[in-house]
Parts: sequence; C-alpha cells; structure tokens
Amino acid sequence: MQTPAPFDYARASSLEHALELLDRHGPDARVVAGGHSLLPMLKLRVAYVDWLVDINDLRDLDYVRVDGDAIAIGALTRHATLLESPLLAEHYRIFADAERVIADPVVRNRGTIGGSLCQADPSEDLAAVCSALRAEMVLRSAEGTRRVPAREFHQGPYETACRPAEILTEVRVPIRAGWVGSAYRKVERRAGDWPVAAAGAFVQVDGDTVTDVGIGLTAVGAPHFCAPEAEERLRGGSAGDGELTAAAELAAEASNPQTDQRGPADYKRHLARELTLRSLRRAVARARGQGG
Amino acid sequence: MTTTEHRSPAGNPMGFGRMLRKEDVRFVRGRGTYVDDVVLPGMLHGAILRSPQAHARIRSIDTSQAEAHPKVKAVITGATLETLNLAWMPTLSQDVQAVLATDKVRFQGQEVAFVVAEDRYSARDALELIDVDYEPLDPVVDARKALDPGAPVIRDDIEGKTDNHIFDWEAGDRALTDEVFAGAEVVVAQDMLYPRVHPASIETCGTVAHMDPVTGKLTVWSTNQAPHAHRTVYALVAGIPEHKIRIISPDIGGGFGGKVGIYPGYVLAVVGSIVTGKPVKWVEDRQENLTSTAFARDYHMHGEIAATRDGTILGLRVKVLADHGAFNGTAQPTKFPAGFFHIFTGSYDLRAAHCQVTGVYTNKAPGGVAYACSFRVTEAVYLVERIVDVLADELGMDPAELRMKNLLRPEQFPYTSKTGWEYDSGDYPRALQMALDMAGYDALLAEQAEKRARGELMGVGVSFFTEGVGAGPRKHMDILGLGMADGCELRVHPTGKAQLRLSVQSQGQGHETTFAQIVAQELGLPPEDVEVIHGDTDNTPFGLGTYGSRSTPVSGAAAAVVSRRIRDKARVIAAAALECSVDDLEWEHGRWFVRGDPEQGKTIQEVAFLSHGNLELPEGVEGHLDASAVYNPPNLTYPFGAYVCVVDVDPGTGEVKVRRFVAVDDCGPRINPMIVEGQIHGGLADGVGMALMQAMAFDEVGNHLGASFMDYLLPTALECPSWETGQTVTPSPHHPLGCKGVGESATVGSPAAIVNAVVDALEPYGVRHADMPLTPAQVWLAMQGRPARTDLAFT
Amino acid sequence: MQVTMTVNGDEVSADVEPRLLLVHFLRDHLRLTGTHWGCDTSNCGACVVWIDGVPVKSCTVLTVMAGGHQIRTVEGLEVDGRLDPVQEGFMQEHGLQCGFCTPGMMLTARWLLDREPDPDEATIRDAISGNICRCTGYEDIVRAVRWAAEHPRGAGTADDEVAVGDQVEEVQA
Repeated sequence: MQTPAPFDYARASSLEHALELLDRHGPDARVVAGGHSLLPMLKLRVAYVDWLVDINDLRDLDYVRVDGDAIAIGALTRHATLLESPLLAEHYRIFADAERVIADPVVRNRGTIGGSLCQADPSEDLAAVCSALRAEMVLRSAEGTRRVPAREFHQGPYETACRPAEILTEVRVPIRAGWVGSAYRKVERRAGDWPVAAAGAFVQVDGDTVTDVGIGLTAVGAPHFCAPEAEERLRGGSAGDGELTAAAELAAEASNPQTDQRGPADYKRHLARELTLRSLRRAVARARGQGG
Repeated sequence: MTTTEHRSPAGNPMGFGRMLRKEDVRFVRGRGTYVDDVVLPGMLHGAILRSPQAHARIRSIDTSQAEAHPKVKAVITGATLETLNLAWMPTLSQDVQAVLATDKVRFQGQEVAFVVAEDRYSARDALELIDVDYEPLDPVVDARKALDPGAPVIRDDIEGKTDNHIFDWEAGDRALTDEVFAGAEVVVAQDMLYPRVHPASIETCGTVAHMDPVTGKLTVWSTNQAPHAHRTVYALVAGIPEHKIRIISPDIGGGFGGKVGIYPGYVLAVVGSIVTGKPVKWVEDRQENLTSTAFARDYHMHGEIAATRDGTILGLRVKVLADHGAFNGTAQPTKFPAGFFHIFTGSYDLRAAHCQVTGVYTNKAPGGVAYACSFRVTEAVYLVERIVDVLADELGMDPAELRMKNLLRPEQFPYTSKTGWEYDSGDYPRALQMALDMAGYDALLAEQAEKRARGELMGVGVSFFTEGVGAGPRKHMDILGLGMADGCELRVHPTGKAQLRLSVQSQGQGHETTFAQIVAQELGLPPEDVEVIHGDTDNTPFGLGTYGSRSTPVSGAAAAVVSRRIRDKARVIAAAALECSVDDLEWEHGRWFVRGDPEQGKTIQEVAFLSHGNLELPEGVEGHLDASAVYNPPNLTYPFGAYVCVVDVDPGTGEVKVRRFVAVDDCGPRINPMIVEGQIHGGLADGVGMALMQAMAFDEVGNHLGASFMDYLLPTALECPSWETGQTVTPSPHHPLGCKGVGESATVGSPAAIVNAVVDALEPYGVRHADMPLTPAQVWLAMQGRPARTDLAFT
Repeated sequence: MQVTMTVNGDEVSADVEPRLLLVHFLRDHLRLTGTHWGCDTSNCGACVVWIDGVPVKSCTVLTVMAGGHQIRTVEGLEVDGRLDPVQEGFMQEHGLQCGFCTPGMMLTARWLLDREPDPDEATIRDAISGNICRCTGYEDIVRAVRWAAEHPRGAGTADDEVAVGDQVEEVQA
C-alpha cells in the first residue's frame, strides 16, 4: 500500500491554537480535518507537507444551525451530518440531493464540508451547491474574521481565497423566504465516483414568476461553479419550461469542460444543459410543494 | 446423486447439498492468514521503482543516495540481476520478460529497481532517492498500428526482431468457410473490441520469500493460484533444486486469474532474500496491481456471420488482433497461443467456421489471459453472442428466436464443433426456454414497446454460452511442458477422521468445504470429519492449480477417484473382518454390509480402525486406509447457460441501469448449491463491471488511464440488481461426478447479455454496436452515431 | 510521537511516526490482521474500522489522529465469545467467499443495523456501497445483513437459528 512521506503533526486544541500552529509553521503546514482529500494525495506522493495541523478536536466547528438570517454550517461538519440534517432538508434539499451521491457512506462519515471546499477540486459537488446558493465562507486568521462570497472563494482548480494562515470556519447559507425549492442532479460513471458533470439550483417563485434563482455547476469548467447569465435570464421571468430550457442552454454556454476519461467535452456540455434543466424543473416543483 | 436427506452429526449433508462453509469460521473473525499477514523474524520489506515512461531507453541508474538511506539493506537493479543471470525470466508463452529493465523500459509501470529496507515506509522513501535517466522513445499505444511499417520496434532485445509481430494462429476450415460465406444469402460483419480489463482482486499480489542461508531451502508465501507450477518454474528459472523449494499459498483474497503467473516482484523478493539473508516481503499497491500485473482480454475482433434469410446460421469468420503488451506472457496451454478462443462457434449448429488471430507487442503491461476468462472463452462468447444480435438486427428477427432456431439440439451430443471441440453434453433449448420464461420475455417485449412509444429507453438482452473448462487432456494440453493433471491424497486416520490433500488452491471458492463434501458423497464420512489441506507444496501432491474453472473438473475428479479407491480397499478389509467374500458386500452411505443380512456390516470408521489394527489382512493388502490418485481429464467439460438482462437507459444522460438479470446455468450436478450460486452471482457482477464501467485506456504517450480505483471502477452493490438464478442439470458423461465447473461461467456469459440489452435499448437511435464499457459518455456517443474506441483516451 | 487509544476495549500506547496510517498500526504494530487494505484511494472499504462508533476507512486516517479515540475492528465484533449476528449472518447466507472484504463489510453492516435495525434491500445496498466485493456479486451479502436483522442478539426467537451456526462452528473449529 502507498505510504506518505514523513511530516510533523500537531493537534489543535482550539481554533486559536490551530491558527497559531499554522502561523508558526508557515506555508508548508496544512490543515487536516477528515483527511479524505489530503491523505490520499500524500499517500500517492503527489502532495507533500511539512506539518499537518489536525483540527478534528475542534468540535465546536461541527454544527448546522440557524444563525440570524442564515443557516450556519461549521467547517468540521461531516458529509453524513449534512445528508441527514433536518434543518437543511427543510430549507435546501439540494444538500441532501448532493450528499447522497458524494463518495460513499463510510467516506461521508469522515469527510467534512470545510475540507471539501478548501480542496477546491474542479469536480467538487459542494462547491456547486454553495455557489448555487450564493453561500458565504467565513475565514478566520490571527488578524480576525472575514467573509468571502462562495463565488469568490473558489478561484480556480485547487485554488481558494483562503490564505496560508487562515482557516475556513463556517459556511453561511442565506435563508430565503417564500416559495423556495432546490435540487441537485449528477451523472457519475458509478456510485461514489466524482461527477462526469453535475448541476444544482434553487428557485424562489411567486406565482409563476421567478423572484430569485441560483445555478451551480461542477466538473464542467464553469468559472466559480456558477452560471450567472442563466440566472439572469430567469430572474423576474416565468418559471415555465420554455424559460427553464433557455436558461439551461445558457448554463451549457457558461461551461468550458475538458475531455477526460469521464467523457468528451461536448458530452459534458450537453450534460450541463440537461442537468441544469432537470435541477431547475425539480427545484420549481419543490418550490410549489410538488414532487419528490 | 444428492444425499441431502442424510445429515451428519453436525447437521451437514452427507454429500452434495447446501452446507455452510468451513473456512468462514476463521474469515468472519478476521482470522484468515493472507500473505500480508505473514510476518517472519527479521523480515525486511521490498519496494519496486517503476517506469513513468511507456517506452524509453535507460541511460543510467544512480542508486547511491538510496543505498545511503540508513534503513536500506539492498538496492537491486537490472545490472545486479544480469550478474546472476536473472535479469530476464521465461514467460508461460515461450517469451522472456524483464525482471528489472536493463536496456529500456517497455511499458509504464515496468520494474526498474528494487529496494529492500527495514520497513515498508522506508522502502518507499528510498524509491524517491533513485535517479533514472531515461531517453524517451516513441511508444506503440494503438494495437491497430503495431504492425505498421516504421512502427517503433519494442522488442529489440530479441535478435533480428524488426517488427512487433508475435504470432499468427488459425483454427477451422478456411476454404469451406469462405465457400459457405460466398453462397450465403445474408452476411453481416461487425468490428468489436473486448477491452483490456483487470481482475483487480481486492487483495493485491504479494509474496514473502525466505531463502534460509543455512539449509538452502527457499520458502515462498505468495498470492498464487498454482503453487506446484510455481515451484517448478522457480526451479527452472533460478536453478534452485526443486526439493529445496516450498511454495505456500495461504488464504488468497481473490484471484480471478490474476494470481496465476510469476511476477517480477516475486522473483525480486527471492533475490532480495538471497542477497540479504533475511526474509523479504513485497506486496504491490493498487497502482502497481492495475498497471503491471495480469490484465485480461484486449482483443480487437472483426467478426462476420453468414446465414439464410430465414435465420439459419451457416458460418462464422473472425479475425482478431490480440494486444499482448510488451512481453508475451499469456498463461494458457502451450499449443494454443490464443487460448481457447476457437470455441467461438459457441452454442450453435453451423456449417463452417474459421478464425485467425494475430498477436502483437505494444507498450503496455504483459498478460491477456486472466479474469475468469476460461482461456479466452470469454472473448469467444462475447464475439458470437454480439454478432448473433447483429444478425438478428439485420434479419429483423427476435434475438431469442434466432438463438433458439440455431442452438445445438440435445440429440447432437456428444458434438464435435467445426473448430474441433468435443462438447460432452447439453440441453441448450431447455436452458434458454427456462431463462426466457423466468424473465417473462414476451411481457418484457410488450413493456418495451409501450415505453418506446413514450420515448423511454428499455432494452432486453439475451446471451447463451458454452464453455470448455477443466484443462486438460494431456495429449492436447500442457503448460511449459507440464501436463495439466492434478493429484489428490486421502488419508483416513484410525478413528475415521480424514485428511484430503489437494494440488489446487482456493481463492474463495470454498474448497475446504466442497472437497470434503465430495469425500462425504463417495465415502460416507461426515464432511466435518474431512480436513482439506491445500496450498503448500511440501504437504500436497503435484498438480497445476486453480484457474480455467478446473478445480472441480480435474481435482474434484481426483478426489472422487481417490475416495473410490479407499472405498474399494475398505471393502476388502470389511470382507476380511466379516469373514465373507468381497462380492457378498454391498455399499450404502459409509458402510459395507452383507447382502441379505444388513445387520452384518462395517462402517468406514470401523474399517479405518481395523486397517490400522491387528486384523489379519488378505494377502497383498497393505495396512492403513490411505490412497492417492492423479487425474488426467479425458476431455474438457462444457458448462453452459442462458442469460437475460433488462436495462433502462436515460435518454438524456446515457446512464444505464441494470434492472433485472436472469441467469440459468447448467454445470452438471452441484456439489454445494449455495457455493455454486455464489460463484454465479460474482461472475454476473463482473459482467456489470466489464460491460458498464471497467476501463483501462491509454493516452497517446502510453499513460495508463485506469491506474487506481478512482479511475478503474468496480461495481458496487448499487449497480448490481438482485440476481435471478435458475438451473438445469446435464451431467458430464466423462467426469466421475458428472460435474462441469462453474467458476467462470457467469463472467464469460454475462457481458454480452448486458451489452445486447443496452444496444437493444438504443435501437430507436439506430445503434447496432458500441464497445464496452458502456459508460454514460459512451452510450451518449453511440446515440450520436459515433461510439468511441475504448482502448484509447476519449478525444 | 506517543499515541494512546482504545482498541476493542483495550488501551494501547505506542511511539509512532506521524505518517503511520491507522491500518498499518492495527495490522503491523498490534497484529490485528483482520483489518485489510485493498487500495490507496479510500475506494474499496477493506480497511473499514470504527472510530467512536462510526465506520471509517482506516487507510485514510493517521494513527496519531486516532489518539484518544475508541477503535473497534473485526476482532472486536465477537462479544463474550459469541459471534455478532452479522458474523453469523455472513456464514449462514454465504456472504463471503475469499473473505478479504468481509471484515470491513461486516463492520459497515453492524453500524447500519445499529442505526436501522430492519433495513430493506435498497437501504442495505446503499449502506455497503463504499465496500467493494469482487466475489459475491453482493446478493448474499444483502441476505446476510437481512439474516442479522432478523436474528438480533438477545432476541428470544433467534436462539434456535443461531444454534445451527453454533453447532456447525463447534464441529468445524
């Protein structure tokens, strides 16, 4: 079995302690939470670190709760918790839709939302979910706290706005009033695989009018995991199928997929359209209290 | 045949029947002993440096930094091995393979250097300290271009070699076949690839080698399906006297043909032990497993089928380009470089057939025969079952009806096929009808018609297969000159408890249970009183091991024969004890008794004690109750089956869902139906994997694109439906128990059913064929009329 | 560095490299070889153990990360010399062949049954979808988990059925 190269390890006892450790050990220190993104890379020796700062003891970063006008999700919240959260199920079923197809149940017991988002894999499902919902990322450092919109957090493949001595501590999803529905649809080669392509959406409707909408895409090279033109097309307009189809077309245009063994670029672009349409349809149905 | 009505004291069947497995008692407690569980005092750990290049000349290798690592005990390169004359080893196909590259590397992942260190982490660290200077060469990645003029010559180590050609081989009657085709009303052709796949047992390959410097005895624990064959090969390769070699196959975590050959890593561990004087363990990681050890298939096939307009199949003509990788290392009977591919006429009565197979070198890992293929029957069955569907499409005929019309009829057995196989027994129409009935075929077609009208895609696929397994008759079959026979020894101890020693090796098939059941069936000993010993060459008789579904057909026959010898001897001893004639005794369930006076008798346990006791034995009868046998199969056995698969395809995404799978198998009598069913289930899952997801493509520079379980996808419980199984029982007339072997049947038969189902689902799009694996992307491309080549990277 | 954890109820301490994977600690240091490994990428599930009551892939956990936690391996499934119903179920329903994926598979199954004592087939298939088996085609694994669900430990109705397995096991062991 493959084994990582040597590194040093420290276990943080508090957020402040973790920040201090990161500060002390410089840019070659990495935070490890669930470890399911980082450790395989270390084992395969495609990544090397000098220090690992383990934040698993920071249990106070493991929560899903209402905080003011948002749902606040602690960065150490495991995938399994997100999948089963009644609060998220009440407001944003897109989370459960996505979590059900992220890796497998055992991995979901360990992997965290913070780790997934900070890994910034261009095929990350939760990146698309957070982008669709226009969530906010809360970053802590010794200097203090700052908030970064999800659509600015991911800056490219494996690149985020999180600085070396900074830790993502919370993801905040705005609670939207009224008739709101959301959904996520992914095509994968097999259960547990990374997506060939996936799309998610939330829709807020007032009668037949779309009052707000968010569309997230992953694995298709959409900048910042989103499709703003498609959203613009829908906002203020009808939630009819013709409009949804037109928006899905714009989502396909917003994507710039790469050919790989999951599929050729034109297939992925096709999926961007197809899956956006399906997510929008389901989100609208759910907003109206219909459909599963 | 079955004696399930008789139960042993432990409640087990006194012979054939459902019985819980003896081996499970340790496995469910985590108390199995697999190779990586073996720890010896002072044991060191090996790691292999592998080539990142597919084709490159080695300019130099600098090992000095690695050697300076404080925990490193030895660094071995090809140069080291050259001094021992071990840099190259013979393959099972009259070729040689580099143990460590000396001149150049010929595939990505090839073995370049071996580090022996105190622990596995340090060994891995030291690999990063070895500096290899490569001069890249153009690789041969596309097998279809391997024979192009000017293609880079991969095997310039072979004197005078100027191309990448390995062999041409043919079977059948070419002239007659051409004649049949020339006169046929309908001829259709189809190109199809059976892509390169890997058996990928969850336990990877590994070994612990210990050359005792004092006794000169080499003991090798290894993941291996054929311990005796390995012993002989080590003796031939390394020049170590064969009686000084002991091969132990402990518990094996799945084999599927991936643990038949001898890999460079095994040899390196032996060399490492010789060099250091310590035991050396080497266990490959998953990437090494997928990129360097036995892949399977990689057959580029051009099939043609000739028929009458009303659907009578007349002939088959096939050309195959076989990608064998950088070394010809396929493991199959020597006289058959394409394995048993020439059984491609399948289950049909036709007038003529001919196949021509050309093997080529490419810059890929060596192998080809593995993964429950029954020596390439898999490729043959896929070819014929796919092209019969293509013919059905051409004729506008129902594929099940076309099959039924052309299947061999029961009265034609024994049947000599047009390519020379002697099918032993079968009732094919009965099996197909049973499968169609179980599936509710007509109702499925009606449902499909309704769904098509709504734009939904549903497909029903049928396949029928005949395998030839249990190699093999010594007049036709040998491996490296070793006849494919298996020995067996049975010792019945004085108290009536027995030990059965086998030459074959279980990798999960449950030999410890089923072979005890064979003895129970034949000798009337409770199966719990029979301990089965296998996997240790010092403690078992010689034989060629477990692959090609040969355990039951060959070794199972040997176990029956040896039990009958004991029974015959027991009769003589019982007669002596009862003071009657041997002819006066009758046998019933573990007891000889006097005809007409059933109270007078001796149980096998009583005879066992008497045979070791002070009873006066008749002249010429030796004491004790032991016997041995070697079984030379007179013919192969021919299991068969009929499969029906139902799929749903999402027209918007290309996703395939296997909704139902019906499998009717006929492997003759079933020793332990529970185990037989389990083997079939596993093979069906293999079919789902190969048909839908398992892919090992190579990019233009020869990078392996399926080198981890993130890219080489194996089916999970979610892709597998609940299998629906049925059986017919047609005993083999020449096997002592009538048994035919079943380990590979479902892997052989199922891929075609699934592909046929998907292609059927795509009928509205005019799809006639698309190569496996039918990933969502491949299905979508097929719907666009441009299915991709799955041996190359997507473009 | 020094690490202390509880493994199958016993406290263990060791001085390990920070990079040592938990699966190697269990296998190589504690000689609990029932936990296997089959890949490098957290895909196969052969290495599943419990940490604080939850199954995780021990090839993707550092030993030092497990410090202070409760580990349960296949060797800890048997309680007071009695097999867990899941172990019984795997024997009764032929839920294993080569036995290599079995420990991880059983630990995942036990966790499922603790949360959901009467799961249907679809639920079982989903729960074990991170554990790959190459031998069984999953059919008999699903049946094995159902068997365990129908024969919970301590349930009076289970005794007769369990006795069959006990009997076989007794004779064969």
